[in-house]
Formats: sequence, C-alpha cells, structure tokens
Amino acid sequence: MAKKLAIIASKGTLDGAYPPFLLASTAVALGFEVKIFFTFYGLQLLNKNLNLKVSPLGNPAMPMPVPVPSIVQVIPGLEWFATWMMKRKLKQKGVASVEQLRDICVETGVDLIACQMTVDLFDFNEEDFIDGISSGGAATYLEFAGEADVSLYI
Amino acid sequence: MSHFDVELDTSGLNCPLPVLKARKALSEMDAGQRLHLIVTDAGAHQDIPAFSKMTGNPLIESSENEGILHFILEKGAE
Repeated sequence: MAKKLAIIASKGTLDGAYPPFLLASTAVALGFEVKIFFTFYGLQLLNKNLNLKVSPLGNPAMPMPVPVPSIVQVIPGLEWFATWMMKRKLKQKGVASVEQLRDICVETGVDLIACQMTVDLFDFNEEDFIDGISSGGAATYLEFAGEADVSLYI
Repeated sequence: MSHFDVELDTSGLNCPLPVLKARKALSEMDAGQRLHLIVTDAGAHQDIPAFSKMTGNPLIESSENEGILHFILEKGAE
C-alpha cells in the first residue's frame, strides 16, 4: 500500500511556501499519497495569483548582502527588495518557483484542502483560489494523518 | 558507461527538480529500459539512490566527473 504524507501548511510567505509544495511534489514522485491542509496564513498559497513575499523583519537569520538593522527594515520598499532578491537568487540557483511546484502538485494529484474555519475567519473568497481544491476541518486532517506514515506541521 | 535508451540532462536545476523530472521520464518508458540522468545538484548523491530504492527503479551505475553526476536508472516493473 502506498505510503501517506500529511502536511499542515500554516505559513503564507515566499520561504514558507517552499517546504509544503516541495515535499509534496517529491513525495508523489516517490509513490506517496499526499494531502496538504492549508490553514491560517497558509491559505494564501491557494490563491490563483500568488503574491508571496519574504521579510527580513523579525528574521535575524535571513542572509542579507549588507547588515540591515531592524529599525531600518521598516522602511517601505525593503520587503519588496528582499523578495526581489530572493526570487532572483532562486532563479539563479535553478530552484523551481512556488508556482511551478504547486502546478506539479495539482497535476500529480496531491489533495489540497482549505481549512474551512480559516476561510470563514478571514472572509477569504473561494473564487480566488485555484480550481480542484476541497475544504475540510480538523477531523478531516486527523482522519488522514492518523494513518499517515509522515505528518508535518509547517 | 553502460548502454541507455533515454537521456535526461537536468544540469543547472536544483532539488527537487532532478527527481521530479526523472520520475516523469521513467513514467514514459517501458520496464527494462534505461535512463541516463545527468545532474549538477550535489544533493543528488543521496537523493537519486533514495529515489531509486523507494520507486523500485534499480540504480545500475553512478559516477561523477568534474561536479557532474551521471546515473543510469532502469525502469522497474510496475
């Protein structure tokens, strides 16, 4: 029987988008059945138009070309710059884009599930989400995760 | 190097693309056919053998030449 991977994706940043989509697409290639539950900020990863950003603010481990003190990081445009820099770096190093990995997940049958409670909480519009996703709650996740070989909260 | 039927060059691509592209190439091949996979991602040293083991596509040969990794994978029976 196929191994199972259950992931909770709770982050909606550019860097936070990589682990769930990357592991899910790879797991399918290795023969796993995969479900990703998108909750809280992770729901942003289901938007048709992804506009993900990365911020150095509150993230002292983020490598920067020059050290930028926290007080300076609030300057408008710095987040935009950090995101631009990260995307350029990802491309230079031959890393797939989030969109590309997400497309592979959709094409290979990864089950993408939106947390219904968070959709209601944030008044998200399901029409903004990509096609082919389903919705569910904690019990939906636990039913699958209870039988999963790997279960991750990201 | 052993003979192969299909060649796939993933030079310049990083994890997990070589594995994903290898999977796609193998899915379009017949059992017993061999794939020559070229990878520059250093993580492939560990990743391709793991992929081979988990998917039942035997790794026939692997070698490295100036940072370029060459693998011969045989498509296993479904």
